[in-house]
Amino acid sequence: MMKHISIIYRLFLKELLTLLRDKIMFIFIIYSFSVAIYLGAVESSTELNNAPIAFVDEDRSTLSQRIIDSFYKPRFMTPEMISYDEIDKGMDAGVYTFVLVIPSGFERDVLSGRSVDIQLNIDATRMLQAGIGGGYITAIINQEVNAFFANPEFVAPIELVTNYKYNPNLQSSWFGSINELISNILMFSILLAGASLMREKEHGTIEHLLVMPLNAVQIMLAKIFSTLFVIMICVVFSIFVVVEMFLNVPIIGSIPLFLFGTFLVLFSTTSMGIFMGTITKSMPQFGMMFILVVLPLLMLSGGITPYESMPKILQYVMYLSPTTHFMEVAQAILFRGAGLEIIWLDLAAIFLIGLFFFAFALLTFKRSLE
Amino acid sequence: MNYVVKIKDVSHFYKKTKAVDNITLDIPSGCIVGLIGPDGVGKSTLLSIIAGVRKIQSGNVEVLGGDIKSASFRKKISSRIAYMPQGLGKNLYMLLSVYENLEFFGRLFGLEKNERKKRIDELLKSIGLYEFKDRAAGKLSGGMKQKLGLCCALIHDPDLLILDEPTTGVDPLSRREFWKLIELIRKTQKEMSVLIATAYMQEAELFDYTVAMNDGKILANTTPAELLKITKTDNIDSAFIELLPKKQTKEHRDFPISEKSQIQNDILAIEAFELTMKFGDFTAVENVSFKIKQGEIFGFLGSNGCGKTTTMKMLTGLLIPTHGDIRLFETPIKGHNLEMRKDVGYMTQSFSLYNELTIKQNLFLHAHLYQIEKSLIDARVEEMLERFYIKKYEDALAHDLPLGIKQRLSLAVAVIHKPKMLILDEPTSGVDPISRDMFWKFLIDLSREDGVTIFISTHFMNEGERCDRVSLMHQGRVLASDTPQALAESKDKENLEDAFVEYLYGAMDKEEMDESAIAIDKSSHKEPSGFFSLLRFFGYAYRESLELVRDPVRLVFALLGTVILMFVMGYGISMDVEDLKFSVLDNDQSPQSREYVEYISGSRYFLEQEGLTSYEELDEKMKRGEIALAIEIPPNFGRDLKKGSNPEVGAWIDGTISFRAETIKGYMEGLHGTYLSELSNVDAKPLVGVEMRYRYNQDFESLNSMVPAVIPILLVFIPSILMALSVVREKELGSITNFYATPVRKLEFLLGKQLPYIFISMISFLGLMLLAVYVFKVPVAGNFAVLFFGALLFVSATTGLGFLMSSFAKTQIAALGGTAIATMLPTVSFSGLRDPVSSLEGVGAFIGNIFPATYFINISRGIFSKDIGFEGHYFDFVALALSIVVITSISLMLLKKQER
Repeated sequence: MMKHISIIYRLFLKELLTLLRDKIMFIFIIYSFSVAIYLGAVESSTELNNAPIAFVDEDRSTLSQRIIDSFYKPRFMTPEMISYDEIDKGMDAGVYTFVLVIPSGFERDVLSGRSVDIQLNIDATRMLQAGIGGGYITAIINQEVNAFFANPEFVAPIELVTNYKYNPNLQSSWFGSINELISNILMFSILLAGASLMREKEHGTIEHLLVMPLNAVQIMLAKIFSTLFVIMICVVFSIFVVVEMFLNVPIIGSIPLFLFGTFLVLFSTTSMGIFMGTITKSMPQFGMMFILVVLPLLMLSGGITPYESMPKILQYVMYLSPTTHFMEVAQAILFRGAGLEIIWLDLAAIFLIGLFFFAFALLTFKRSLE
Repeated sequence: MNYVVKIKDVSHFYKKTKAVDNITLDIPSGCIVGLIGPDGVGKSTLLSIIAGVRKIQSGNVEVLGGDIKSASFRKKISSRIAYMPQGLGKNLYMLLSVYENLEFFGRLFGLEKNERKKRIDELLKSIGLYEFKDRAAGKLSGGMKQKLGLCCALIHDPDLLILDEPTTGVDPLSRREFWKLIELIRKTQKEMSVLIATAYMQEAELFDYTVAMNDGKILANTTPAELLKITKTDNIDSAFIELLPKKQTKEHRDFPISEKSQIQNDILAIEAFELTMKFGDFTAVENVSFKIKQGEIFGFLGSNGCGKTTTMKMLTGLLIPTHGDIRLFETPIKGHNLEMRKDVGYMTQSFSLYNELTIKQNLFLHAHLYQIEKSLIDARVEEMLERFYIKKYEDALAHDLPLGIKQRLSLAVAVIHKPKMLILDEPTSGVDPISRDMFWKFLIDLSREDGVTIFISTHFMNEGERCDRVSLMHQGRVLASDTPQALAESKDKENLEDAFVEYLYGAMDKEEMDESAIAIDKSSHKEPSGFFSLLRFFGYAYRESLELVRDPVRLVFALLGTVILMFVMGYGISMDVEDLKFSVLDNDQSPQSREYVEYISGSRYFLEQEGLTSYEELDEKMKRGEIALAIEIPPNFGRDLKKGSNPEVGAWIDGTISFRAETIKGYMEGLHGTYLSELSNVDAKPLVGVEMRYRYNQDFESLNSMVPAVIPILLVFIPSILMALSVVREKELGSITNFYATPVRKLEFLLGKQLPYIFISMISFLGLMLLAVYVFKVPVAGNFAVLFFGALLFVSATTGLGFLMSSFAKTQIAALGGTAIATMLPTVSFSGLRDPVSSLEGVGAFIGNIFPATYFINISRGIFSKDIGFEGHYFDFVALALSIVVITSISLMLLKKQER
């Protein structure tokens, strides 16, 4: 046993040295776990932000002005006033996502109790902004109209009070940072582990290892642990320095538990990387496969598009990906403060999937060497 | 006397290592000049400087009457120089056939079609490769590769031919043929100057003029005859040793091969019975048997590709023979006997240790991996450093060392664990005579004193003579096997080399080369044409396409990859938030509360889960992520409602994923509102209605908005990565030298490599369009031709981006990772996929505005959904075109036409 550990340790050191020697790669890694996380969190908010809006005000009344004035930053850009003929041009060019048309006689009709329609043109190619914005705009208009009436007798028969749990002000950078972190964990673990095997294959050093009294498990474990080690350090740095200090994301859950989850998921993804390294023959092939695997995993694990809204079949398929479970685990631990008793099943799933990939990689690795 | 090259005060450093030390040298024109000396003395550096391939650090070099420092002069003379770098087939393309390789070089040197064909045929016939013209270069033997390399160098009839160790690693017969060729070429091309570096000192006798180098300095510079006279020796090998500073030669003395050792007994160390190895149809080794006694030195001699390496790999267990048995120390070897491996030391033909580790780190690593006892390791590593004279390099990276030193390191690694048996695959190729003698002394010590059995393959016949017994191999079969003396005598020859060549002729029935065939017409010399040559551009484009087509796996990935990704993502990515799970904490349980809840759960957005009984349960379930929304209905809800005292309903939303939370809130408020208006039958319609018109996508379907955005995304990743890898691969494998050494311009190289990838990406684009229109049923409202044109500009930009990334990366891993990282964030977050760029701020807005994907997403959406013509996208097209210009210009600036 000690013998195995000592061999794996030596191979592990070698992997680390190799990794550190590729300075460009090293810079990429550092960038990805610092600047990229920060940018990804801050700059790519999913809230309604600066939505470009324009008005065609054919009424030019106090009420219409009041409505127009109620749209301001940061949710909306300062509204632009355009004429009816300019709508098509502006929307075609994508200058505005929303154009509201307030018909002439609007205030008069409202005051006389007739019901009036305001036309809201939405650029539906911008799915996210369009979806959230539509509801927002409706709510703002109704609020303004009601306030205009200042009808003290008007009270809704049922009051709805909404609260956001875990993120009261709904700041997208909270989850955004973690989502970015998980993406980078996934990308680098697969890339580093798989490519380090490919590199040995292309440079012929793998043969050298195989004539020595070593076995495939030792070689694989060394690659897995070295990748795991480097990425764990990056994750710790990211969580404490970038996420907590710079982004001020309050983490209510247990970070050690999260790191344990990261450890498990890294075991899974590095095994996947090695598996991919064994079944491809050259770096360009590996590169193509890498993209083909990583992109869907990134997009479909629940960070970018809501998991429950995907087609059922895809949900089942994605259940076989460690990242789907990890996405759940990360949210549960970091934001909802969940403990082991809640997420143990997901952790177990991650580990089992990892074990499966490891066994599979081992099998193909051994076969590819013969 | 005329001089073709005048070198003055040239020095060259690699980081801190001095490779060339203040050399001043004039090389006479019109003759064969040999640069002799062991590896790592600066021969290759000097030659690459002369060829204009490497940048001069200090000093002046005049080649063909002009300053090689000047870029414009290099352009002018690049078609008069031919340079063949060191390494078997280093500048050839292994996937291309012999003919295609030559065609490529022909195009680079501006030979028009007819002339090219005529010249290639002539060259191939005279060099004897004509019958192999359709064979892939990768499948040629080492000797043939070098002949092909020579052909490629001669294609444009150069005035100065520079060959860097053309015969290293080539078998004796091929070597003889190679030199015969050079001689014949010289006979017809009298004015051609030939500059050759070699580590085989004997070859220097063929030269008109010899320059002996050591340690970055010139030792002697005269004719071979004169050299022998000065040093009072009878062969160049000894002459060279005489020339060396006395300090270095102290170690060296002729040593006798001691008699067979007393230890030698009748234990059989290696036994092989009828070994056969087949790879598909190809039989690499056929029926090879031998028995080697303990302590014996057994030599394996043969031409390249004759099966030596394969046999050795079978002995080490790396390959399992198709047929036959192997016994080591009278134990049959099975696949994975780890203990047995501790008794074997192995050294591969090509250097296969870790380039990125230092010498010391390599030694320590192997000492540990061979599980040498911890207390012995330090001493053992030290011993190896001393024994192989690599102590002074101990902290240098293996990568930075010359071949000869690397080979010494390989040997040190192979014996660090004191194995009982050594398997050495051409250990001395490329090693200088002193080191080689030292190396043999060490082998003999091992064999005679420690009883180590040595199985060695070599090209050097004088090494073969030092073995106890040798086998001569050819095409997978053993021709003869005996002591060297007996073999020589059997063919009535004085030495083993002549005997071996006899055996080879016997085996091959080879016709004598037809000398009269060497009559190559002079090529019409042309100055390399100006700024941009279509021929050279096409040469690169055609070659890149061929390589792509010959690697079907990569091709299929490249073509189908985007389509598969689109399929997965088109189905999976959806901004519709649906089927959200919610639970109700109903503290009232009245008909009114149930009605309210039913109204909510009746919508397609929400799926009701089991009811909640307490706040704690609400917390718990939300923590587990089982519900995304909880509705809390207060006690007496029904009664209050009837009384008109405005009860409050609480909605708790999981805020972890903010955009999901926001959508849930929107749904909830909407449902609540409509419920209220239904409840108060007074006025079913709110006073001010907002009539939503979802333009361009009436039903507000996710797919219709996602597909036009996903197409641009996919056309970023795969094209840029393919491109980046293809350039860095040339750097890693060495064929980038052709870019340095031929008249090809930067722009021709860049665009030539780019073109095939643009083509492939456009095919992918068409596949994506088919998928979008016929599978996802997303209609194209606008003009397809405009979209196609936009895509063309876009993939030109993204492949250009890949090229740009390749200027930063030295390794393929870095190219792959870097390109993925550099394109992922801008594409997914800042190019308008989710939020329009106009809504971004700060860095995001800046990146979004300069990233080409932004503009193509505009175009794609405009044409798919909005039916906007070319005029409407005028700005986007200009932006895309501009980005191509900018990206290409930066790439050109970063692309260097010389090595450092």
